[in-house]
Formats: sequence, structure tokens, C-alpha cells
Amino acid sequence: MEIMTKEQTVTPSVEKSEYVIRVEDVHKYYQLGETQVHALRGVSVGIKRGEFVAIMGASGSGKSTFMNMLGCLDKPSSGHYFLEGTDVSKLTKQDLARIRNHQIGFVFQGFNLLARTTALENTELPTLYARISKEERHQRASEALTLVGLGDRIHHYPSQLSGGQQQRVAIARALVNRPSILLADEPTGNLDSRTSVEIMDIFQTLNNEKGLTIVLVTHEPDIARFAKRNIVFRDGKIRKDETVDARPVAHEVLRTMPAVDVDD
Amino acid sequence: MDLVSILRIAMRALARNKMRSSLTMLGIIIGVGAVIATVGLGQGARQAVQNQIAAMGSNILFVGSGSVNRGGQRTGFGGTKTLVMGDLDAILKEIPLVKEGAPMTSSSAQLVYENQNWSTRVNGTTPAYFDVRVWPVQRGTVFSQDDVEQSANVIVLGTTVATNLFGTTDPIGKTIRVSNLPFRVVGVLVSKGYSSGGMGGDQDDTAFVPVTTLQKKMAGQTWLNGIILSAVSKDASFAAQPQITALLRDRHRIRPGMDDDFFVRNMADFAELQDQSSKTLTYLLASVASVSLLVGGIGIMNIMLVSVTERTREIGIRMAIGATEDDVQTQFLIEAVVLSLTGGFIGIALGVGISFLVTNLLGWAVLVSPWAIGTAVLFSMAVGVFFGFYPARKAARLDPIEALRYE
Ligand SMILES: Nc1ncnc2c1ncn2[C@@H]1O[C@H](COP(=O)(O)OP(=O)(O)OP(=O)(O)O)[C@@H](O)[C@H]1O
Ligand SMILES: [Mg+2]
Repeated sequence: MEIMTKEQTVTPSVEKSEYVIRVEDVHKYYQLGETQVHALRGVSVGIKRGEFVAIMGASGSGKSTFMNMLGCLDKPSSGHYFLEGTDVSKLTKQDLARIRNHQIGFVFQGFNLLARTTALENTELPTLYARISKEERHQRASEALTLVGLGDRIHHYPSQLSGGQQQRVAIARALVNRPSILLADEPTGNLDSRTSVEIMDIFQTLNNEKGLTIVLVTHEPDIARFAKRNIVFRDGKIRKDETVDARPVAHEVLRTMPAVDVDD
Repeated sequence: MDLVSILRIAMRALARNKMRSSLTMLGIIIGVGAVIATVGLGQGARQAVQNQIAAMGSNILFVGSGSVNRGGQRTGFGGTKTLVMGDLDAILKEIPLVKEGAPMTSSSAQLVYENQNWSTRVNGTTPAYFDVRVWPVQRGTVFSQDDVEQSANVIVLGTTVATNLFGTTDPIGKTIRVSNLPFRVVGVLVSKGYSSGGMGGDQDDTAFVPVTTLQKKMAGQTWLNGIILSAVSKDASFAAQPQITALLRDRHRIRPGMDDDFFVRNMADFAELQDQSSKTLTYLLASVASVSLLVGGIGIMNIMLVSVTERTREIGIRMAIGATEDDVQTQFLIEAVVLSLTGGFIGIALGVGISFLVTNLLGWAVLVSPWAIGTAVLFSMAVGVFFGFYPARKAARLDPIEALRYE
């Protein structure tokens, strides 16, 4: 169990080395006209370097809200979020953009690729904002695409790619600036089960071989089991936080699955 | 982000909607084109007038009948009948600064030779006129002082009149009818060509007869419309001005406090007046043309706003992967500037094209200065920045999460 409570708070210097992500009693309210939506109601959690966390929970339980906050796209209404020991709420918009660019790779649920832009150019996008030389941008983008198994389709447009392939481009884009944290909001939400496992294979490899810290959201318990740790949200709070026993290896699972998925 | 990448993105975004981009640019194209053409025309006209005035000589003075109000505007050239030959004689006799002078009076008339006829202005003057204006004959001679004294029926033709009446025939010695009176052609002047501005059109479409002939036989008037004088130098033309005024006031018995019934101008005054009027015209035309530039700018703003809305999701994606507000703002600003600047360049080409066409078809002098082109480039850029700023700001201010959610 790794739920952080206020009482457990230790000195920041220790925190810094131990936790990549530390969230303390975070609340998030949305004002919808007269009514107030309480999307997060006191979430505290610590995630260490090299962890692989799957977040689950019913629709509307606050998973995306939480992920957006982790991804520095949104700020908590109250509470604190420390990223590598830095209190994110103290940072300027420009600092946040830099963190999104360098430190965090974000994979969105709906792929969110630019249409009429090739896989390579989509992947290159974050490097444009990172002030990297043109040659290196190309180099990195091709590498990232090869890593996700799309080395042969770099000049395809999103409309010429399957859902799984588009998601791979999105993952390549998230990885291109070599972040230390990968956040993925329902990366397998629109994919068939074999493709989903293929994506999990990529994640497991990244986590094992590169030590990338990964947090992903999923609805499917089968997918969540590929992670090392599962957190369950309900009504804006963490209800369960447990280490996964008997974790399957995606690469091996793939071998047992038929190449073409047949619907039951 | 580096400028090359921003430009590439901008070009691509604009190329995606070619029709829309072209139509948006059209406003700027028309605006810049119109400004370039009108300013070119105006400057050409000014240059032509200045050249003409310089060619005429800077020591020239005009005395005209009529008065001048405080603003310097003529209230009526030839509005009074008090200016006479005696005034010219008195000026030549009493003001040593004035070297030479000739009367100017005119009447329009129909000139007929055999079955050809031509209407033009016939001027009555003395032989001195051709000296003052430095306007020699190309064949024959000008009429003599004797011809003036005898009110002889002799005429000197401008080349346009000569060509229209005689074609290739030699006009010298031929008799033509002017307002039904027979006149002997004694000379044909060299061509002075077209002039623009207040001097008016084809300078060779004219004819000259002795002033006495015109006064007695054709116009039936004793007074003059004006007098042209040449001073001994440019400085003398300034010094002579008050002396002439004093002399004529005395001769015309104008009491102190009363307005002159004539006006005296030297070339510098004249140049200034001409310059002023063509400047005013240029500014007027250019400001009308700028309105279309303004409309073009609003068009750009409109399209950029549409573009920001359409590409909300793209903006969200860019922000989510690390674009700063400045990055987004710069991108949209550059897009607007690319639109307006491209429009500006095409507009300059159009304006220069129109100017050449006007020069070739209408024979007007057009002067497209590098200065005007430089201003047009800067101006179209400024239009892009000014009208692109608000849409770009709007894009930069989008919240990444809301932008990503946008359908
Ligand atoms: N921008 C917003 N404005 C108002 N309410 C919002 C906004 N975003 C989220 N909410 C509300 O906050 C709550 C949590 O939403 P969130 O998107 O985090 O849920 P989720 O767990 O990701 O659900 P799902 O599994 O369907 O994606 C929901 O009740 C939602 O209606
Ligand atoms: Mg969600």
C-alpha cells in the first residue's frame, strides 16, 4: 500500500529522490452554472520512479481529471502536486508548457493526431517546441516510430493508418522528447483486445528496459493487470491501491492470441 | 520554435484553404495595388510639373488679371479687365530687374485649311513670348514686332495643329482661315510634348498670333489675360515681385487697403501651388485606397478568427505537447502576416502594372518610387500584425484541456 496521507509527509529532500509524482489531498471543483461538480475529493498518492500504475474506476470517477492534473494540463483547486519535488502550482504557464514538452509524455484517449500531417511529422511535433536541430528532430522521430513498430509507415497520414497504428504514432510522439514519465488516458479504449495487448507490450518494454515511469487509465481489468500497481477511483477518491500479483507478460500473452481477432 | 518551421506550418495551413486564402488576400492586393498606383500617378504628375517648371526657367514671373484671396487661391483668372499692354510697357521701362516680357491673351478658334479643320486656343502675344518661354520655331520664323504693330494676319502653329491641318505638307507660307479670317502661316514651333498637372495636356495643340490682331480682329477686347515676364535672375524674380505689385497698384489706382485686381507670381510660387494641389490629390486618392487596405485587414482578422475556431483542437494538441502561449501566438501571427505580406507583394506587382499601363495607354507620367514600395511592404506587414494580433491572442489564451475537448 502506498497511499500517502498527510500524517506521512516527510521532508521534501527525501521525497524528491523517492517519488517522481507526489499528490497531497488534491481537490478539483468544476463550476457548472449554479452547481459545483466535485471531481476530485482529496486524493493523495505517491508514485516512484520506474513504477507502472494502472488507474481504473467507473465513468465520471475523476480519472481523466486526475491524469490532466498529473500531465500539468490542469491545476488542482486545492492541495498540492509535486513533480520531481517541485510544487507545480507555483509554476508559470511557460514552465508548465516546458514540463509537458520535456518531462512528460501524454497519450490521449482519442489519439489526437494532426490530420493531413504524416506520422513522422506528428511524432516530430514536440521536438519543434524543444529547440532541437532539424537533423536531430528527424532522427529522434524516426527512432521513436521504430520503437513502437511503425518504422515502415513514417510517411503515412493518420487517415491511412489503423486505430492501433495511430495509437502507436501517439505513443511515439509522447516518447520523442525522452520524457521520464509517460501518462496515457485510456490508450487502449478504442482498440481490439489483441492490439490492446500489443500496446501494453510496448509499455512493458519501455518500463522494463528504459525505466520509464508509466501511469495509464483503463476500464479493462485485463489490461490493468499488465501494470505493476492498480489504483481504483470512485467518486473522486482512491478506493483501492494494490500491487498486481501474477502479472502477465504482454509479449508472451500475444503468442497465445490468434493473429486475427475473431469476435465471439 | 524556429522561424523556418513556423513559416512551413503557416504556408501549409494557408495552402490547405487556397480559395479562402486567395480571397482573403484579395482585399490587401486591391488596397496595396490602388495605393501604389495612385501614389505613383500623383508623384509622376508632381515630377512632370516640376520638370516643366524647371524647363521654363526659374526666373519667370506671371502677372494675371483677377485677384487672389488670403488662402492663395485664384478667384478668377481674367476676372478683371484692367490689365493692358500699357502695364507691360511700364513694367519693362520702370523695373530694371525685369529683362523681357510678353502679353498673354487668348481665344478659342476654328482653324481651317482646305478641307481640314481644327479647333484650338489661339494666343495673342508678341515675339518676346517665344524668348521668354524659350520656345523656338522648327521651321519658318515667329512673327515680328512690325506684325504686332500692324495687326498683321500671321500665325505661328504648334506641331499638333500643323500636323492636323497640313499632314505632311509644308505649312509655311500657306494661308489658313482662323475664325473666317485669312492668316498666313509664318512658323511652326518645336514640339514641347505633353504636360500633366495644372499646365494641362498637349502643349503643342496651340497657335500664336500678334496680340493686336487677336484683340482687334478676333476677340474684340482691349485688355490682357496675363503677362509673362523674365527677370534677370532667379533672385531678381523674387525682388521684382513687390515692385511690380506696387507699380500696377499705382497704375490701376488701387487705394491702400483695397484688394489687388491682379496677381503676381514667380515660378517658385507657381511650383509650390502646383505641388500643393497634386499632393492634395495624391493624399486624397491614397486615403481612399487605404480604406480598402483597412477592409482587407478586417478580412484577414475575420478569416484568422475562423481559422482559430476551426483549429481549436490542433491548438489544444500543440499546447498539450509543450507549445507555450507565445509559440501559439507567434504561429497565428506569422500566418496573418504571411497572408497580408503575400497580398502586399501581389498588390505591388498589380500597382506597378497599372502604373505602366496608365503611362503607356494614357501617356501620363507615373513614378513608382522604391519609397512607395517599401512603405507598401511595411504597411501590409503592419496590417497583418495589427489584424492578426487579436485572433492570435485568442488562440494563445485557449485552455489546453477545453481546446482538446472541442469538437
Ligand atoms: N470541464 C469540466 N467541466 C465540468 N465538469 C467536468 C469537467 N471535466 C470533468 N467534469 C466532471 O468531473 C467528473 C470527473 O470527470 P472525469 O472526466 O475525470 O471522469 P473519468 O473518470 O475520466 O470518466 P470516463 O471514464 O468516462 O472518462 C465528472 O462528473 C465530469 O462530469
Ligand atoms: Mg476519462
